Amino acid sequence: MRYLEFEKPLREIESKIEQLEVYAYSRDIDLSGEIQPLKEKLSSLLDEIFTHLTPWQRVQLARHPDRPYCLDYLQYIADDFIELHGDRTFRDDQAIIAGFCRIGNYSVAIIGHQKGKDTDENIRRNFGMPHPEGFRKARRIMETAARFHIPIITFIDSPGAFPGIQAEERGQHEAIAKNLEIMSQLGVPIICIVTGEGGSGGALAIGVGNRVLILENGYYAVCTPEACAAIILRDRTKAASISGSMRIVSSDLKNLGLVDEIIPEPLGGAHRNPEETAQNVKNAIIRHLDDLSILSPDELIADRYKRFRDMGVFYEAQSVGISIANETTGQ
Amino acid sequence: MAWFRKKSKFTTIGNTNKKKDLPEGIWRLCDSCEEYITNDEIKRNYHICPRCNYYYVLPVEERIKHTLDEGSFEEFDANLASKNPLDFDGYDQKIRSAQQKTGRYEGIVTGRGEIEGYPVIFGVLDFAFMGGSMGSVVGEKVTRAAERALNDELPLFIVSTGGGGARMHEGMLSLMQMAKTSAAIALLKKHGIPFLSLIAHPTMGGVAASFAALGDVILAEPRALIGFAGPRVIEQTIGQQLPPGFQRSEFLLEKGMIDIIVERPNIRNVIKPLLEHMWYNRYALRAQQRQGNKTAVYAVKGA
Ligand SMILES: [Zn+2]
Repeated sequence: MRYLEFEKPLREIESKIEQLEVYAYSRDIDLSGEIQPLKEKLSSLLDEIFTHLTPWQRVQLARHPDRPYCLDYLQYIADDFIELHGDRTFRDDQAIIAGFCRIGNYSVAIIGHQKGKDTDENIRRNFGMPHPEGFRKARRIMETAARFHIPIITFIDSPGAFPGIQAEERGQHEAIAKNLEIMSQLGVPIICIVTGEGGSGGALAIGVGNRVLILENGYYAVCTPEACAAIILRDRTKAASISGSMRIVSSDLKNLGLVDEIIPEPLGGAHRNPEETAQNVKNAIIRHLDDLSILSPDELIADRYKRFRDMGVFYEAQSVGISIANETTGQ
Repeated sequence: MAWFRKKSKFTTIGNTNKKKDLPEGIWRLCDSCEEYITNDEIKRNYHICPRCNYYYVLPVEERIKHTLDEGSFEEFDANLASKNPLDFDGYDQKIRSAQQKTGRYEGIVTGRGEIEGYPVIFGVLDFAFMGGSMGSVVGEKVTRAAERALNDELPLFIVSTGGGGARMHEGMLSLMQMAKTSAAIALLKKHGIPFLSLIAHPTMGGVAASFAALGDVILAEPRALIGFAGPRVIEQTIGQQLPPGFQRSEFLLEKGMIDIIVERPNIRNVIKPLLEHMWYNRYALRAQQRQGNKTAVYAVKGA
């Protein structure tokens, strides 16, 4: 297990427990008298560290190198997963995976960003940052799913759409826009789950759902805190301090009405118990699928339209300001 | 809201404080060719440098004047204004100074107008208002314009100069405007109402990656910067300079991302026949007149 800076106090005590457990096992002796107090200490330390996380700490947890990714969740909660590849035009972008599987009694289509577990895999998967063909693969599978009345589940965990020459050449902006358009008109239930990083347009491009859920330590932002700090404060290194005012952690998003539900994580974060986290995710998926499956295709489309239609905060000023029409014709 | 209410005595918003973008009769150096020109010359030439053909941002009022029939424009929702939903530091002041600079409550003007007598629902982003970025109000007004186009069965024509992309100061509320506006355009497509998107310099990020990219026909002004990621971000990522002309209209045309590049003075000459081909002169309409509603499959919603 890898430790973030603020997790480091846990390392010493956890390695001690592990040593004692290995020793007890290998010698076949009972050391529970020594181990139990350490476990209690660990538990209170976890409480201390994780019950009042700052927004920046949550961002770091969302990016934790041991955090479960889409394929990890599928391993715990999906049966008969068949991965499908390619956008039929250019190539298979492995920053996004797609396919069909069964969750509970539901056959569903899965679309998910996929980060790598090590450097090699991260290079292959481009750190979970899709090119246009990744979004187009997602769109192809989602359209296929809709043709066969298969609900769609998306797992969102990406720093963002990849900012590169080839990505731009092949129409990164168009690929994202097209997904937003197409997803809004699919007549099947769509449930989107932000499991880690909800990075801007690259997240939203598979994020137009009837329900948008977020794991407790996920974040979802218009841009990364680093980019926001670079633009607003002209200093990338001030990401930590600006992350709070961006309102990007799960509780903020719930309060703003932008996500429907926060899926709880085990104390210490999803990576400390991926299986339990996956169970929570599965329960949420099934509950929402049960709710949505009573709606007709048209009702599902209308429900999704309304969900996003209602987003935005503004007011109507008393005065209309200047009349543009008069100004132009008066000259 | 409180800050605005107090100040909202200024019905004169803009009239007194408004700075003309280009004061007349003053010699200046062109931003591009660095030749001496007068602001008057630029203004008379559609805000294009008469020496080097460089395109300056066309102010919203002049965009309306050059695009629509004189006196035909009727504005919608001019009083929609932003709040500061995240209490984002400095946003109130940003909005206020943009309002004073532009004489507008927000960064887009929408309404109904005519082009050679053909009615359209028209919208134009205001680059002078926080870089033409999209927050809640811009998203709402684009969406309302699209819904109005659907309701009135009129073509929608939006000019984007959305260099700022999704407006950071409203956070995720801005990002969601991408989904909201794109869903509204999807409704137009479903019901067969044309959407013409003209992209002007510069249009990036959340505006480029939502409604602006979804035109049935996408037009662009010459040499407009259009893309998702900004050139500086890409340069940082790849650690090298970008090739000349990268992310410009001509490049996007070559890559198949836009339909046509139109010189600014020529826009009405291109939009008019498009409106005729796609809407006002359709076989379907004439056929419908001949055969009652048998051809309803070609026709608009509810026809
Ligand atoms: Zn010049």
